Amino acid sequence: MKLDCRHVWEHISEYIDNTVDATLREDIERHLEHCEICSAILDSTRNILVLTADDRTFELPVGYSERLHERLAKELEQDSKTE
Amino acid sequence: MRTTETNEAGLIARILAGEKELFHELIRPYERMVYLTLFSIVKHQTEAEDGAQEALISGYRHLSSFRGDAKFSTWLVRIAINEGRKRLRKAKRAAEESIEEQAETHEGDFTPAPLTDWREIPLEALERKELREALRSAVAELPDIYRQVFALRDLEELSVEETAQALGITTGAVKVRLHRARMMLQKRLVPFLKTTAPTRRGFFGRAL
Repeated sequence: MKLDCRHVWEHISEYIDNTVDATLREDIERHLEHCEICSAILDSTRNILVLTADDRTFELPVGYSERLHERLAKELEQDSKTE
Repeated sequence: MRTTETNEAGLIARILAGEKELFHELIRPYERMVYLTLFSIVKHQTEAEDGAQEALISGYRHLSSFRGDAKFSTWLVRIAINEGRKRLRKAKRAAEESIEEQAETHEGDFTPAPLTDWREIPLEALERKELREALRSAVAELPDIYRQVFALRDLEELSVEETAQALGITTGAVKVRLHRARMMLQKRLVPFLKTTAPTRRGFFGRAL
């Protein structure tokens, strides 16, 4: 089937997640081969996801882990006392 | 994956049998996830950190109620979500009573932004601090229901099923919200990316 751009956009997210069926995937890939606009949208979306998953984008506060385990240690200690 | 779950089941059994110190080890792989879940809800660093501590302490106190029908990570995320929502209500930061009650009425255009002069973000651009900053703001500005799904799926890398379970929504709703969140982010970030990307030349020196 020949897809128009809008149709491809609707499935971009599922295409990235690899959850479209084989036929639709083929149709999308055929469209992407000749459509610069959709290819660019796909690439930019993918790159945003790569950047999102990069640990440096959403960082934990400095010392988060240390403070957390200190607090847990106190909780475990208290819990032992109450038994 | 299976080994992780077997190890976890073993650790949990030992903690419940009295080896409490092992709780540190049990939650270590999920510290980041719990913090990010809280942050995606309360959007404030200190509040998210306090919430993450509370959520994990709550996880410790209620460990005996973990039945193993969901993954341990999903169980923890649910506790984190509840903690986050509790904090939102308390701070009266949320306009609505709770996130789950927000109807999916967000009117909007969920089509991506076309771009013709740029095929992919060059690696150097991905390294730029400004781009990270722009992405953080764009994520923070997503409507709550979209940001939550986006955070669990694309930031914490939970599966569609796990995300649905954690938020108590259908997998269909997860897919729709995720798609919309991604398209909104793409649209928000494209103008920014365009100015940072070098012009690409096609055949005959024509700008693509």
